Amino acid sequence: MRTSVRIAAGVLVALALAVLLVPAIVQLDQQLVDLRSANQAPSFAHPFGTDEVGRDVLLRVVYGLRVSLLIGLVAALVSVTVGTVAGLTAGALGGAADRVIMRVVDGFNSVPHLLFGIFIVALFSPSATAVVASVGLTHWTTAARIVRSEVLTLRARPFVDAAISGGSGRLRVVRRHLLPHLLPHIALASVLMVPHAIWHETALSFLGLGLPPHLASLGNMINDGARSLLAGNWWASLFPGLFILLPTLAVSVLVQHWRDRANPRRRSELQL
Amino acid sequence: MLRADGITVSYGRQRVLRGADLTVAPGVVTGLAGPSGCGKSTLARVLALMLRPDAGRLTVDGTEVRRWRQRAARDLRTRVALIFQQPRLAVDPRLTLREIAEEPFHATGRPVEDLTDDVGLTPELLVRRPHEVSDGQLQRACVARALALRPRYVICDEMTTMLDASTQAHLVARLEAYRTETGAGILAITHDDELLTRWTGPSGGPTVRMG
Repeated sequence: MRTSVRIAAGVLVALALAVLLVPAIVQLDQQLVDLRSANQAPSFAHPFGTDEVGRDVLLRVVYGLRVSLLIGLVAALVSVTVGTVAGLTAGALGGAADRVIMRVVDGFNSVPHLLFGIFIVALFSPSATAVVASVGLTHWTTAARIVRSEVLTLRARPFVDAAISGGSGRLRVVRRHLLPHLLPHIALASVLMVPHAIWHETALSFLGLGLPPHLASLGNMINDGARSLLAGNWWASLFPGLFILLPTLAVSVLVQHWRDRANPRRRSELQL
Repeated sequence: MLRADGITVSYGRQRVLRGADLTVAPGVVTGLAGPSGCGKSTLARVLALMLRPDAGRLTVDGTEVRRWRQRAARDLRTRVALIFQQPRLAVDPRLTLREIAEEPFHATGRPVEDLTDDVGLTPELLVRRPHEVSDGQLQRACVARALALRPRYVICDEMTTMLDASTQAHLVARLEAYRTETGAGILAITHDDELLTRWTGPSGGPTVRMG
């Protein structure tokens, strides 16, 4: 196993442990304000410093990571699931079903994502569910396009002919021959969607439509920190930003590794 | 009788087949020869119910085919097996040779029979995946797969073109044994005239020339 894969796995395990264990050990009072210790630079007492109302950035990053990762993962799951079902149906059935689904995709794509997201959030009150729905229901079109084009390529391959000729029905072809080949693409689409979903959470929070402002989420923290950035308080937005980057990079290294493994031919060529 | 009448196929504006007729009778080897690009493989896909022609009729043992690919009745489409020219494209690269050869049994829910010995595949080859074996070994698995459901007709689309002489002889012998045992009809598509006369000769089957 390559070193980068080990490091990536280690980072993810460490982050998962922090996100799961720290809130159980150290309680964060989301509403607590301590103006005497506002805007402190990173020190031993506050390794990531404190923000403009004196809250410990490290603890809020851990809590924020939990909220943002959860929103990112669920939103990615929703959008990729909807997209996969749509793309698979369009590609595997073809004909009228394909045309209808792809026109719906075009329709969704013709409206700016953020605008459509705001419309969906406006239907709910600002909450995590609203953000998940807004990102999930606007971003499924990317996954749908990827899956559909992959299915069309796979469908034309002789091994699918051979499977059909050997008695496989539509469902079996999808389950046994299409889905396994699609999984790496779907996984990559999901991973790329996680940071995207977190960024949308940031944008919606900035507009006052995302999570309530006192709630620690990476998006809220970057926005709060950005206000004091010009005063030289780089830590309040840098650390939350790094913790968006870190899990994204780690997961994409792992997915790349998995993709190499899922393609046996490529794997054996890599070992040469 | 596997019978095609007036089969016409176009890919976009390109007409590939214009009113092709062909009959494959049970029990004999029918040869189909012609230069590359004349539509042999397209006709093979139509005969195997894998491609709907723009015009023409296909009947399998007297039943006219009205639905194609997955829409065709399973009993009808498994009656015609297709063996491809390039075994590497004809198998799912993720599966082992055993999984490839046994796929039709699992797809139709029939009890699995081991047919791999007949085509000369050893147990140590069966656990390998396509990229770990040669084209010849892969084609052996494809022949086992094609014969799994005891088809009435076997269409061999340039089946031996990519293979060495001994594998070629072995697979042709295997199909000949299958034909004499079950009375299946074989369509041998090839541009190798010598192989064609060697194969169709003993069965007394005709050779059709295209193009």
